[in-house]
Order: sequence, then C-alpha cells, then structure tokens
Amino acid sequence: MAWEDTVYQYDGSYDGFLCCIYESYLNKEFPIAFYGDEECFSLYPVRSIITSPSHARRVRRSILRRSEAADRLLQRAFLTCMEDKELCLYRFIRKLYAEGAAFLKNQSDPVYYPLLKAVRHLNGELEKLRGFVRFSEYSGVLGGEIEPKNRVLPLLRSHFCNRYANETFFLYDRTHRELLLYDKGRSRIFPVDQLHLALPGEEEVQYRRLWKCFYEHIAIQSRFNPRCQNTHMPKRYRGTMTEFLPDEFERRATAPYTAADAVIPSAPSGRSALEIPPPPVPPAVGSNL
Amino acid sequence: MDLLDKLAILSDAAKYDAACTSSGARRGFRAGMIGNTSSSIAGCCHSFSADGRCVTLLKVLMSNACIYDCKYCVNRRSNDTRRASFTPRELAELTIGFYRRNYIEGLFLSSGVLRDPDYTTEQMIRALRLLREEYRFNGYIHAKAIPGTSPELIYQLGLLADRLSVNVELPSEAGLRLLAPEKHRADIFRPMLQIRERHAESKAELVKYRHAPRFAPAGQSTQMIVGATGDSDRHILHLTESLYERYRLKRVFFSAYVPVTEHALLPSRDTKPPLLREHRLYQADWLLRFYGFRAEELLDEQQPDFDPLLDPKCNWALRHMEYFPVEVMTADYEMLLRVPGIGVTGARRIVSARRVSHLSFADLKKMGIVLKRAQFFILCCGKSRDGLRFSASTLLPQLVQIERGELPPEQAQQISLFDAG
Repeated sequence: MAWEDTVYQYDGSYDGFLCCIYESYLNKEFPIAFYGDEECFSLYPVRSIITSPSHARRVRRSILRRSEAADRLLQRAFLTCMEDKELCLYRFIRKLYAEGAAFLKNQSDPVYYPLLKAVRHLNGELEKLRGFVRFSEYSGVLGGEIEPKNRVLPLLRSHFCNRYANETFFLYDRTHRELLLYDKGRSRIFPVDQLHLALPGEEEVQYRRLWKCFYEHIAIQSRFNPRCQNTHMPKRYRGTMTEFLPDEFERRATAPYTAADAVIPSAPSGRSALEIPPPPVPPAVGSNL
Repeated sequence: MDLLDKLAILSDAAKYDAACTSSGARRGFRAGMIGNTSSSIAGCCHSFSADGRCVTLLKVLMSNACIYDCKYCVNRRSNDTRRASFTPRELAELTIGFYRRNYIEGLFLSSGVLRDPDYTTEQMIRALRLLREEYRFNGYIHAKAIPGTSPELIYQLGLLADRLSVNVELPSEAGLRLLAPEKHRADIFRPMLQIRERHAESKAELVKYRHAPRFAPAGQSTQMIVGATGDSDRHILHLTESLYERYRLKRVFFSAYVPVTEHALLPSRDTKPPLLREHRLYQADWLLRFYGFRAEELLDEQQPDFDPLLDPKCNWALRHMEYFPVEVMTADYEMLLRVPGIGVTGARRIVSARRVSHLSFADLKKMGIVLKRAQFFILCCGKSRDGLRFSASTLLPQLVQIERGELPPEQAQQISLFDAG
C-alpha cells in the first residue's frame, strides 16, 4: 500500500518534529509539508501532531542507535534557516532508517549535502557571532541584541554562560524574537515580542567612545582593504555592533551630563530623549528566574 | 591627558605589530574570576578593522616612549610624536571594561623600552599582575618579551601571560645592524630559547602535578618586517622554517613594511607596503605548517622570490608536473594535499567519501574543492573534467588568469604593471 501524502502541523519544537516522524511511520503517511502554529490551508489531509515526550524520546533513541553524529547533525540542522527544513530532515531520517549511517561518510550525498550546507552556514554564523555580539551595561546588567539568520541563540548560550558566569546578562534575538537570560548560574530562553533598551549610562557611553577610538586607530591607513573587511565581517552583522553605531546616538544621550559637568547618580532611564520607554528587562531579571 | 587620548596614541603605536591571535589556551571559567579563553581552535575574532585585519585583543603599548632608535619604527627616540603611558590601573580597567562588553578576547601588551629592558618588563609585569590578581582577569593575555630582559623577569611574565612573543624584527643580522643598531641577534634568540625550554618544562610538570604553574600555555610567536631590507623570500622562508623547528614557535607573522619615516637606508616614504609579498609568504607559511612542504621545495637558488602572479602551491605544481594528474580515488592523503585547490579539509573529505562511493567532479565541488584550480591536476575515476582544454604551454596563463580574479583590485593592477614591464 502506498503511503498517503499528508500535511503535518506541529508546535515548531524539535521534540514536536520527532513526533511527526513517529506519526508518519505509525500511520504510513508521507508528509509533503510541515506547518508550525500558523493557520494552514491545504487540499491534502492535515494532521495535527501533539508533542509527546515519550514518542520523541523513542524516535531520538532510534536515531542515536544508528549514528550519534546524525543525531548531532539533526539537532543543529533543526536550528538553521534552510528552506523546507523539515522536509530535508525527514528525507534524511528516512534514508538513515533505510540504509544505516554509511552514507554519512560521503559529504556529497544528495540527501546529506543540503543539511550539511545549512549546518555549515549556521556554524559560520555562530562562530562570527561569538565575537560580534556587543554587550552594553545597564546598571550592572549586561545586555545585547543580535540579528542572525539562523536560530543561534541556543548554541550561543553555553559560550556566553561560561564566559560571563559571574555576571547577569541578557541577549535578544531580533529575528526569532527570543531572549536569553542568565543570572547566577541559571539560564533560560523564552519568546519575547519586543525589547526596548534603555539609554546607556555615562560610563557605558564612555566605554563605547573608547572602543570606537581604539577601532579607528588600530587600522593602518596604507593597508586599507574594505573588500577583505567585508568578507570577514559581512555588513548584515554591523547593525548591532558598537563600532558602527552612529555617533549622534551617544551625543544626544550624554548632552545633559556634560552640561552639568558632574556625575549624576540617577539611572539614565529617566531621560526620554529618544522616546524609548524605560527598560522593562534589566530590573526584572532577578525575579524572572 | 585623558584616557581617550592615551588610548588613541598607544593603539596607534601598537598597530604595526601583526600578531593578533587568541588561540592555543583553553581555560574554562574559574569561580571568582572574570572570563575564560576561547574554546575554539582558531581563537575568536571580535571585529575587523578597515584594513581587513582581525581585532581580537586590545592591542596597546604600555608606553610609547623608547630609548632605542630603530629606523623603521614609529616609536623611535628621534621621531617627533606624542608620547603617553598607561598606568597599570587604567590598563586593567580598560581591559575588564572591554572584555565584559565582548569587545575583545583579552589583552595584547607590548611596550617601548623605558630606561632598560628589565625596567620595562617590570612595569609590564606589574600591570599584568594587577589585572590577574586584583581584577581577577581570566581571559587571554599576549605579552611581548623584550630582547635583553633577564631570564627571571621573562619567567615572571610567562606565568602571567598565555602567549609570549619575541620579535625577530628583521630577517637578517645585517639588516638589524643597519636599521636597529641597539638590538642584537643573540639578544633576540636567547629569550626565545628560554621560553621554549620553560614551556616544555611546565608542560612536563603539569603532567605530574595538576596545579603546577603554567608558563605561557599558548606558546610563543614572533614577527618580522618584510620589505624594509633586501632579504629574499627564500631567506625569510628558511628562517621561518628553522624558527618552527628550533624554537617550536606557534606562529611566525610577517608584517609588510609600512614606510613611517624618510631615511636613506629605507624604502622611500611613497612606496606602498608590499602586501602581495606578505600574502605569498603567509601562503607559504601555511604550506609549511599544514601541507607537509619544506622551504627548499618552494624556493631555490634559481627562484629566490615568490612569483607575484601565482600562489606558491600552484607554482610548485607547475614545476613538478611529473606528479600530475593524480587520481582522486586512489591518491594518498599527502599527495591530495599537494594538489592546488585541495586543502586539509577537502583532502579529508575526499579520503572519507571515496570509501563509500565513486567521486565525480560535481561531488568534489560539493565537498568544497576549488575545482577551477584543481581540475588541471586531478582525474576522477580515470577521467578528466568534461570540456577541459589545456596543454603544457597554456596551463600557466590559465592559472594566472584565475589567480588575477582572486586578488584585490590594487594588487591585480600591480600585476598588470608587472606584465607590461
């Protein structure tokens, strides 16, 4: 009996996806499209998959039994921005079940290669973002934003939690609207629709200025090579990097301080020069965890 | 003078040093301390400056006042430039402030020579000690060992830093005598030898005692200026190879000479830095370190300098066409590495993939092999690439044409001028 073409709707989590695999084999259905939480209209029959941890575990065990490398690859590939991600992963898992793990040795395999390519793209972005993330200090709490193509936040988590283990910090992913919060050895990732950052304080502005100054002076004029710079640091990363933020931003933020010529102890959140509401996140960090 | 001015002066003074790496030390988080060192093999780049070089460390001088008068250096005694010094506390606060914001991976500390090398090193040690012990900084530190410093002080410095480096400065003794009369070749190699021995001792001790002091866990590196003296590429490459072998260096950096002063002994002020030559030397450096090449294979008496038109690997392959074409299905790993367009990663992928399937040119492309170069030198299952036409006489121009597209426009122009001449 031929497998029936079906549209699967699941909750968008990795466990949910593994349950789709489970249901597909159970009901002998071939998923031709996957939908997340959004509404789906299709002429094909639609099956809503309910995420069940025990089913997910069972599928994961079956993958692990064939290859640990495949398990690692699948987890990473699930975070990528590859087109028709679920379908590619599904094809890969079917091949793994049918043939075993030998085809993983051949990186040009037509089923393996798309995943590999996507994961390489993810790894590249991850590697770059470890360096390109910029934090600002908001009254003792470090905060930063990123705009990645892939969902790198879960993978950046261990790097930054190790590095800033004795700090409190948050990192916001603008593309996928997720926030990573870390405080006292515990971290959490959860969806946040919008994040308004407060104006930087005086010390923060001073450090930004120092960094920009260093960044400008470290370049050797007679070796000027923008093509090389763009290759290593594509322009899409620069929107969240301190050294490329416009100067006016800080000048406006600090004007009152220089006029007063004294250290004003009050937090900068009281100033609404930029019409950004005061920070909702930093003070609430402790209570959120 | 405020901190901003100081930072401007002292980063300006330090920027001609090429070394900027944060690899080689793996140190996880330690309770009560700030930060760790990069877990990746290649270190971590935090930004790229307008000249395309990676910014990973806060690269500054402790002070740019110097008693020496090396002709090629911006900080020489006779140069009329603004001088500044960081206090240890300023430096520590700057490093911590930058590190917490993820601007940098750590500190690169060098210094002009104040009074004498020992005094200068003492100042650096004081700054690093403050940073490590009072500010509890656990990130990466690269420190310069100044030639002529006493061994005790170098040892102290190595306990605080992750990587040490002693600059060779100029590739030959004659160059040193001419341009940096206060520096002696022996003074440069003595600390290098000491660092190598201490590093090996410390490693051996760590095997026995887990808490033995760590001396420069990321090893040592060096740099030399290319283009200030008349040394040939062959001389530089042989020196590089012997440095790797004799002193177990992790890296040798080449720095294209940027004219900072007008002097009868130096190239004139309007000469452009020899960037292409520096690039070729780095390519050859990679061939030495990862591809199993020897310096004498790449350059010899007849060809003492690299061809600006071709990269060293293509150049070698062209002169040894008797080895080619190689069959990718059967060639051993070492031979695959010698094919232009196949790198370490590509060669590994081929070796792994050919065990499960026959490889075609399309497969190789997917594995990240640079076919436009490799196609001339390989066969897949006994066949060469479809539609590929070349002969012994057209191969050189074809490869040159490919190479020209890879270089930045200015350097490609340099080549076309060369062509015309």
